[in-house]
Amino acid sequence: MKNILKLISILGLVMSILPPLLLFFGEMDLESMKLWMGIGMVAWMCTAPFWVNSKTSEN
Amino acid sequence: MMEIFKIKKIAAKEEYERTPVPDSELKGSRGFLGMYAGEHAAGTEFVIGPLFVAHGVAAGDLLLGLLIGNLLAVLSWGLITAPIAVKKRLTLYYQLERIAGKKVVRWYNLVNALMFCFLAGSMIAVSATAVGIPFDLEMPTLSDWFPRTPGWIVTVVLMGGVITLVAIQGYDKVSKFANVMSPWMILIFFAAGIVGLSQLGVGSGEGLFAIAQEVIWNGVPLPGMTRFSIWHVIFFAWFCNMAMHIGMSDLTILRYAKSWTSGFAVFAGLYLGHFVAWIASGILYAVFLQANSGSQEFAPGPIAYQTLGIAGAICVVVAGWTTANPTIYRAGLALQGIFPKVPTWKITAIVGGITSIAACFPALVMKLLDFVALYGLLLMPMGAVIFADFYLSKRMGFRSEAALNSGSDFSLPALLSWVLTLAFCLGLNLIYGVEIFFLGLPGWFVAVAIFIALSKMKYPVSKPLVS
Repeated sequence: MKNILKLISILGLVMSILPPLLLFFGEMDLESMKLWMGIGMVAWMCTAPFWVNSKTSEN
Repeated sequence: MMEIFKIKKIAAKEEYERTPVPDSELKGSRGFLGMYAGEHAAGTEFVIGPLFVAHGVAAGDLLLGLLIGNLLAVLSWGLITAPIAVKKRLTLYYQLERIAGKKVVRWYNLVNALMFCFLAGSMIAVSATAVGIPFDLEMPTLSDWFPRTPGWIVTVVLMGGVITLVAIQGYDKVSKFANVMSPWMILIFFAAGIVGLSQLGVGSGEGLFAIAQEVIWNGVPLPGMTRFSIWHVIFFAWFCNMAMHIGMSDLTILRYAKSWTSGFAVFAGLYLGHFVAWIASGILYAVFLQANSGSQEFAPGPIAYQTLGIAGAICVVVAGWTTANPTIYRAGLALQGIFPKVPTWKITAIVGGITSIAACFPALVMKLLDFVALYGLLLMPMGAVIFADFYLSKRMGFRSEAALNSGSDFSLPALLSWVLTLAFCLGLNLIYGVEIFFLGLPGWFVAVAIFIALSKMKYPVSKPLVS
């Protein structure tokens, strides 16, 4: 389960940085970029809390 | 409802407040890399980058200034703070108490707490600029010192209330939340830079440099703002965390380091937060200025929202909140050093109240560069005292840790070093017009010199100490 959450978290981060790059190279428009970044944010915020701090505690 | 106010009992954990950290608790440099990376990509970054643009810094001055200034800051942490931290392995407060005595530390705590309150207040104001977007709140402008509307006061006070309630619950949850948010926030700063450049029409390396020079950092300050040179950038980047490095606040953190070289781990945080993030937020502001020609509005929330959408606005709220919350908590701890019998939650509530009132005044945001410089300057002399006591007491022939060794709770040399250094800096500012950003360096040498001279008089060592 934790691996799935981690995967979604990483996808969330990718969705936070890839759309801006696509916009920069003219492959995406601004409004779509904002939408994807918003989805990426939700994906990260909803999944990262379940594993980020547990990793810190183990360390 | 009362459950909200109930203070959670945190499991007793040894914090080594009055003893050296044992070897079993020491950490490698990797842990410090992550911590510093998160700490220096914070809410203040959304304000500092745009203020450089507003102050008319030129592109070349900014890049070179940030490279040099951040390098000097890394060296200050690595060569001045960390060696003392790993040798003594004590908190700043206890180390200072051993040198200056409890009474002086109380005054230090009071100043520290007040500065923390104002810093947290500015961060609440930053968050409020994003929270106010859906309510069409009238945003503050660069020249504002006082709140423009009752709506601003209500928003800020409500936010301050919520943040204080969370701070009352303790530091642990906020710290965990900040850990979660940190990687995402760093990416949002990168995204801000990329999107901003795209919106300014950059399509190539050559275009980047031309637009950076002509549009973003064009060397022309906004109306009412003074012009910043490369020296302002260097000294600001070096001394914006003066309280932490040469002011020695980070003794408390770096005492856990296995090696003094962990002090250099701060480079990751500085070059992410005080280089990438300042540049990115400056680009965002340039986009805002281009779209809103002649606008004097200065509000990180709408600036980020305009370019990055909801992710940008949420990032401003989160960055402001995750900076404000631990700052309120730390202010509470500093005040508790003065009033040890008052419960922590009451102290934190009072601190939250002061912070919320401070946050109503946009001047804290608009003058953040000056405030950050002042904050470091006020605390720096005590760091110089610790430096002189550690490195120079034997060589110069005075007793180290004088308060502890003489059984006193008050050291006149330490207090006078603090007060006279600040008076000297004030004199430089008022008489010679030296700007606040440049006072830290001469002030540090003056503090060291005063402390040595007075300690040699008050606590001389007539014969060599047995090691």
